[in-house]
Amino acid sequence: MYALKWKEKVCATCTSAECLLKCQYISFTRHDEAHGEMMKVVRGEDSRVLHECATCYACEEYCKRGNHPFYLISERREGRGMFTAPRPITNQWKNMTQMQGKYMVGQVKDKVLSCCFIPDLGILGTGEIFKDVASAVAFGAEFMCPAVHTHFARMSVIKERLPIVIENLVKLGVKEVICLHDECYGTFTAIASAYGIDVPFKPIYYMDFLLSRMREMKDRITPLGIRAAYQRPCSNRLIPDKYPLVKEILDLIGVELPAREYQGENCLCCGEILRSISGYKLADDVQERNLNDMVQTGAEYCVFNCPACQSSLSEKVAKKGLTPVHIINLCKMAIGEKEREAR
Amino acid sequence: MSDILKALIEIVGERGVSNTPEEIWFYSRDPGVLTPHLPDYVVAPRTTEEVQKIVLLANREKIPVVPMGNGMSLTGLVIPLKGGIVLDMKRMNKILEVNAMARYAVVEGGTSQGVLKACLQEHYPQLRHSIPDAPPTTTIAANAALHGQGRLTQQYGFNSEMVTGLEVVLPTGEICLIGSPSLGPYWFSRGPTMPDLSALFLGWLGTTGIITKIGLRLYPNKKIRDVELFVTDRVDLIPDILYKLTHLEILEDVNVWFQPKPLMFQGNFHITLYFTGDTEEEITFKRRMIWDALQEYMDSKDGGFMSVQYMKEMLMEMPQRGIADFADVPKGGGFEYSGPITILSHFPQYAAKVVELAAKYDVLYASSARLISGGHCMMFSISFAFNRNDPAMMTRVKHALDEATAFALEMGGIPWKPNFMEQKMIMEKMDPAARKLLQMIKKNLDPQGIMNPGNWEVNT
Repeated sequence: MYALKWKEKVCATCTSAECLLKCQYISFTRHDEAHGEMMKVVRGEDSRVLHECATCYACEEYCKRGNHPFYLISERREGRGMFTAPRPITNQWKNMTQMQGKYMVGQVKDKVLSCCFIPDLGILGTGEIFKDVASAVAFGAEFMCPAVHTHFARMSVIKERLPIVIENLVKLGVKEVICLHDECYGTFTAIASAYGIDVPFKPIYYMDFLLSRMREMKDRITPLGIRAAYQRPCSNRLIPDKYPLVKEILDLIGVELPAREYQGENCLCCGEILRSISGYKLADDVQERNLNDMVQTGAEYCVFNCPACQSSLSEKVAKKGLTPVHIINLCKMAIGEKEREAR
Repeated sequence: MSDILKALIEIVGERGVSNTPEEIWFYSRDPGVLTPHLPDYVVAPRTTEEVQKIVLLANREKIPVVPMGNGMSLTGLVIPLKGGIVLDMKRMNKILEVNAMARYAVVEGGTSQGVLKACLQEHYPQLRHSIPDAPPTTTIAANAALHGQGRLTQQYGFNSEMVTGLEVVLPTGEICLIGSPSLGPYWFSRGPTMPDLSALFLGWLGTTGIITKIGLRLYPNKKIRDVELFVTDRVDLIPDILYKLTHLEILEDVNVWFQPKPLMFQGNFHITLYFTGDTEEEITFKRRMIWDALQEYMDSKDGGFMSVQYMKEMLMEMPQRGIADFADVPKGGGFEYSGPITILSHFPQYAAKVVELAAKYDVLYASSARLISGGHCMMFSISFAFNRNDPAMMTRVKHALDEATAFALEMGGIPWKPNFMEQKMIMEKMDPAARKLLQMIKKNLDPQGIMNPGNWEVNT
């Protein structure tokens, strides 16, 4: 079984404790307090962090020393037999994402377009932008990044399934895996690395692919001339170096991304997992603050990266007067392949 | 051509009668597991007067008459056990009146759920009726006659309790109005403040008369409907959870279901909660009340709300088409269920019995319970899927269902829409004086014993 690669000494000598001081869901005001609680986690002791962590992934980004506080919290929770979400929800996710031999693979050669286990991604990965890879699709639990189980503190599921997913992709004979799901890329890079799991292919982040393709099709772009707010997904916390791509892509297609409070490191969760874990009060509060913040910027569109965020928030942003749209569809609109989403 | 066939053609015209083998074949069976039996004639009347003439003819000739809606009970209630005439009511499908202010509709005896739903959606969008989760071609009168349930049963009781008046052709041929329409033009009350004579026809499965018109309560159709889905893996908690939910008095419909396939549903009990409102504020308020009522189960990690985004479209359908999807899991598209009416506190025992029977008879199960009248009772469906092309599997399902009925009776439950054998089991267990009363009523209403014979027959 794979084990998390982390160093107690790194936490013990940490002078910032930003992993917890920056946390949006557990309140810490003093360094010694935050550091003390994290050290309890490190030592395998009980800590309020184990009971209050909302699983937003953000501490993975806050920790600049790469010591994986979130994975460690999740490991400790599982080790103590704790459930973050209700037990039946946790088990449902485990069952729902079980490999059952019901997958789809297209005409794959050296590249595969991974749609994870999210049907919506199959439709997004089509058209002129994806014309060279759209037929090389892979979809199903057999190709699903198991990172979602981090929310449920079931790292054992990740450690068990991720090597199999990687092996399934390897069996396709591919050199490159274009990940349409943000979380897949985060899993094949950040999580796999944290657990020492070998990834014998090159994961390609779809936004890198998108930016490259849009540059190639620059002549076809008609700037959209709109203002948008971006909903950054939790999994993007695993790959913060990829966050700037959003602005680069949106700049290229004439979409203004006005500054707002809940962006970048300070972004807020879409709320769906919060609802599962702790109930509506926290989820409603987070969503309300997030959406009001979007509205205040004068944004006309809410741009999504993750289909799960989009599913969770689409109806709500629409009720606030914003049009929900995936960033790929925004690009398709810019090259005239897709009508503007109705407002 | 026989004299009876000629007489029937004289009543309803040539296109309304058939005794050709290919047509009576269809009317000899229903989609369940019971053995088919051929009728002698199929007749499709268009008016009450035609029904009356057919019944008078049947009396004269002592021919059985089996009134039929869409034949979807699954328990063989319209299989002509002793041959005779199957009276297909589907040509009597007019909506006769909608009294929007008094919130009732009057429809002919063969009017389908879908026709009324479409009419209300188009002309009276502020009104709705209690739609059962059956194909929209099922009929309103048949559903009420077998004490069916629908989307408003949790709030307002069995669909039969929503009847506001009847026109019935008695087994002896008289046309009889029941309730307020017997006194005047309004169909607002089935009985009160008079004796409630509608009880002579509801639950009798067509053995005491033929419903040719039916009045039905309509209810406010709120602008917004929404749904939440609560899951728990502890069956012992279900009664308490339902008790807390029904205490809220805000739920339109509550269904509790569990099934082993697909895998995502395995091991959990799911409670689908429907609620309505005219504004977003009302919906939010109700949603929060629901979540608050169940917060303790979230805190203990024993239960939680699952995201319904991906399932919402399916869950919001009325009727819900996906409800019979599991019939295709073993291939062959068959399913039948026993649906006893029972008290909520027995949910765990019934749930255990479903699993036990499925294992014993090697069949696939699914179960869904619908709450009735704010939780006074529930219909607990014990459903088994089968391959129609596999007689051995069908026999196993039949045995499992028989055992389920016996269990329900042991537990003090009442089998719903019982087939003729289950009716016998009920009557054997029934208080003897009640059984005698049932026999007296039936004998007095149908002295020749022509109405759907084989059903509710007391052995003397």
